Amino acid sequence: MSTNPDLIKLVFGRLSLESLPLHEPIVVGTFGVVALGGLTLLAGLTYFRLWGYLWREWFTTVDHKRIGIMYMILGIVMLLRGFADALMMRLQQAIAFGGSDGYLNAHHYDQVFTAHGVIMIFFVAMPFVTGLMNYVVPLQIGARDVSFPFLNNFSFWMTVGGAVLVMMSLFIGEFARTGWLAYPPLSNIGYSPDVGVDYYIWALQVAGVGTTLSGINLICTIVKLRAPGMSMMKMPVFTWTSLCTNVLIVASFPVLTVVLALLSLDRYIGTNFFTSDFGGSPMMYVNLIWIWGHPEVYILVLPAFGIFSEVTSTFSGKRLFGYTSMVYATVVITILSYLVWLHHFFTMGSGASVNSFFGITTMIISIPTGAKMFNWLFTMYRGRIRFELPMMWTIAFMLTFVIGGMTGVLLAVPPADFVLHNSLFLIAHFHNVIIGGVVFGVFAGIGYWFPKAFGFKLDPFWGKLSFWFWVTGFYLAFMPLYVLGLMGVTRRLRVFDDPSLQIWFVVAAIGAGLVFLGILCMLMQFAVSILRREALKDVTGDPWDARTLEWATSSPPPDYNFAFTPVVHDNDAWWDMKRRGYKRPLTGFRPIHMPSNTGTGIILAGLSTAMAFGLIWYIWWLAAVSFIALLAVAIGHTFNYHRDYDIPADHVVRTEEARTQLLAGAKS
Amino acid sequence: MTIAVKPTQTGEPLFYLADEHPHPEGWSTPLGFWIYLMSDCLIFAILFATFGVLGGNYAAGPAPKDLFDLPLVAVNTSMLLLSSITYGFAMLTMQQNRVGATQAWLAITGLFGLAFIGIELSEFAHMIHEGATPQRSAFLSSFFTLVGTHGLHVTCGLIWLVTLMTQVWRFGLIEANRRRLMCLSMFWHFLDVVWIGVFTFVYLMGMLR
Repeated sequence: MSTNPDLIKLVFGRLSLESLPLHEPIVVGTFGVVALGGLTLLAGLTYFRLWGYLWREWFTTVDHKRIGIMYMILGIVMLLRGFADALMMRLQQAIAFGGSDGYLNAHHYDQVFTAHGVIMIFFVAMPFVTGLMNYVVPLQIGARDVSFPFLNNFSFWMTVGGAVLVMMSLFIGEFARTGWLAYPPLSNIGYSPDVGVDYYIWALQVAGVGTTLSGINLICTIVKLRAPGMSMMKMPVFTWTSLCTNVLIVASFPVLTVVLALLSLDRYIGTNFFTSDFGGSPMMYVNLIWIWGHPEVYILVLPAFGIFSEVTSTFSGKRLFGYTSMVYATVVITILSYLVWLHHFFTMGSGASVNSFFGITTMIISIPTGAKMFNWLFTMYRGRIRFELPMMWTIAFMLTFVIGGMTGVLLAVPPADFVLHNSLFLIAHFHNVIIGGVVFGVFAGIGYWFPKAFGFKLDPFWGKLSFWFWVTGFYLAFMPLYVLGLMGVTRRLRVFDDPSLQIWFVVAAIGAGLVFLGILCMLMQFAVSILRREALKDVTGDPWDARTLEWATSSPPPDYNFAFTPVVHDNDAWWDMKRRGYKRPLTGFRPIHMPSNTGTGIILAGLSTAMAFGLIWYIWWLAAVSFIALLAVAIGHTFNYHRDYDIPADHVVRTEEARTQLLAGAKS
Repeated sequence: MTIAVKPTQTGEPLFYLADEHPHPEGWSTPLGFWIYLMSDCLIFAILFATFGVLGGNYAAGPAPKDLFDLPLVAVNTSMLLLSSITYGFAMLTMQQNRVGATQAWLAITGLFGLAFIGIELSEFAHMIHEGATPQRSAFLSSFFTLVGTHGLHVTCGLIWLVTLMTQVWRFGLIEANRRRLMCLSMFWHFLDVVWIGVFTFVYLMGMLR
């Protein structure tokens, strides 16, 4: 074997056997488990000959419903990874007292907290939110698909590409040790010369392209494809919050793209944007990344607000209280979310006037949010409330989120922030709003729309068990962090000296353990529901006696969603149809024009991921070859002018006939 | 939404369209492309802001007055502005369904674009040769990144132009190709507008600094 170092460097860049973390027993063990699980999965798929089916029906699909489901699966898988990181941190902090170093060394621990943040925001919360929007929005507006179905498939696979890169960093090389926003100068080449920050940059860039494009796609869908009669002020609230979220995505992700590109230029060619010498300014980075970062949290929470609105009105059996104020509150939050970014670094030293401005704008956001809270309460007031699981999550949200909101207002006061900045109080605050708001919202949404997607309800017993573990676990895990934060404990610490703090960390670790049980119960809930699907079956398509258009069609909906495009007269369109004696059409079906599946999306995303891998490891030939291939495939795709087909009328007739029989069976 | 939503003759409310027509192909494309352009505009906005903050940090290195050759930049600017005019002619001839003339105007547009890129690259080469590299100071980092990103966009536009010319040559001025030419037209004029910003804020105001 040749040992010419130049040749090896040319072929492998800086990748070598030493890049594998073989000296870290924890990582090797994890790798063993993941590899075993992965091999079992691959072998199973091969044994049951599922590859062709998966490729034809799922990987290449342009159906917004299937893409939505794949986003949710991605979110669940990455939740397990992100939560494993959380458990590791809680355990480390609970035992690293009295001279003990814990069980994680600094090199590993710093990667764990960085990966936890990055994964939970970009590859758990974002796929969950995008997945729900993808699935629900076209159905709610009476459309057959999104505006750009191929782009939708491509966006999904780009998100997967980013997730794959983050997962790769666990076993090949290392992840960033900089915290989830990778502030320079620490993230610059001088202090982070290894591949960690490069993994971070390219994972987010690849996934970010997907997110931006899916934002554009959903805005167009909502603006251009609404059913006749659905004026803007007749749109369901979830569609409204999705619209605002996607506007935020398109108006903020380009900022992230630029700031990460500038950081890469600093790292790869030695420019001076964020360096401390030659005129660079690290604080520029902090400003720019929070101009993206603050809207980002509203990107996550607005759809959750939409879910709570749908759930509250459905399970209270009432029209949503204050629809108009809800819409305006959403729009006001959308605008204000751009005027508050500096509250993430009051301590930078911008001076009293600048800090006051951003402190006040931050506090103002609590007004529209409070208006929403009252709208939900008044919707429930005198309603016939059914305490199904989605409603339980909603009530848990209302209690929890109010606490998180109040600590947020506390942090918005600059003098208070000078004390609490970078402390565990902040950690408690944002977990309070993100878990209490986004995660509970996503779970409410999963419980609510699962029967729509699969035709059977989720098992309530395991669901309720999961609910109580999650909620109590959340409070046990994060209330101690408020206390610790007020006592002055800063975030991201690995070992502690003061033994009086330990008890709080032990309680927090127990809370994390309970949340873990909650996640296990949730997985159990999925498994049990699939096994008991006959008993939990819903043939009506409307198991909750709900109000919006997605419940007008069958569960799961046919490829074409609606045999005839619905006409809307009211903002609770389906409720209006039920009340006024709508009769499902049984004849007169026509061929339906639909987009065809294509493998181009997954190929382009695969090439992008390969290019990113080449750039991370300085394997320049790989990056160049993938880039050229990327360009060739993309241009080649534009030469295909026939991207759609007609579902024949007799196929529609058969599908609708089957549903007629199901409905008749349900009635008799 | 031109469909009238009225009760049917019998007084029954109308809940679905019995006689519907799918949206024409490309129904959402102009809006989608506009939104994409605005997201791209934001990329330039951040690069302009970065230049605004760092553009005066010469780090004892060369300043705009030592580097910029305004007559050359004026020539360069006119290349891009002329290319926008010729693209406009291409669109006019496209509307008259004249394939040959459209192709000719597109080709001329491409040549102006190439000239622009060529002049820009020679300007860059000259600056780097004099030691004014992107690494020299934050001013130069932000200058090269802003102007270079614009140049990169023009290069992408040129690749797209060649692709579209091939497609027009093979398939004619069919509806899909007209839509694509319209999108590239928006992209091309957008780059022109961005360049006017670059010319004003980077070059002209740089000389006043």
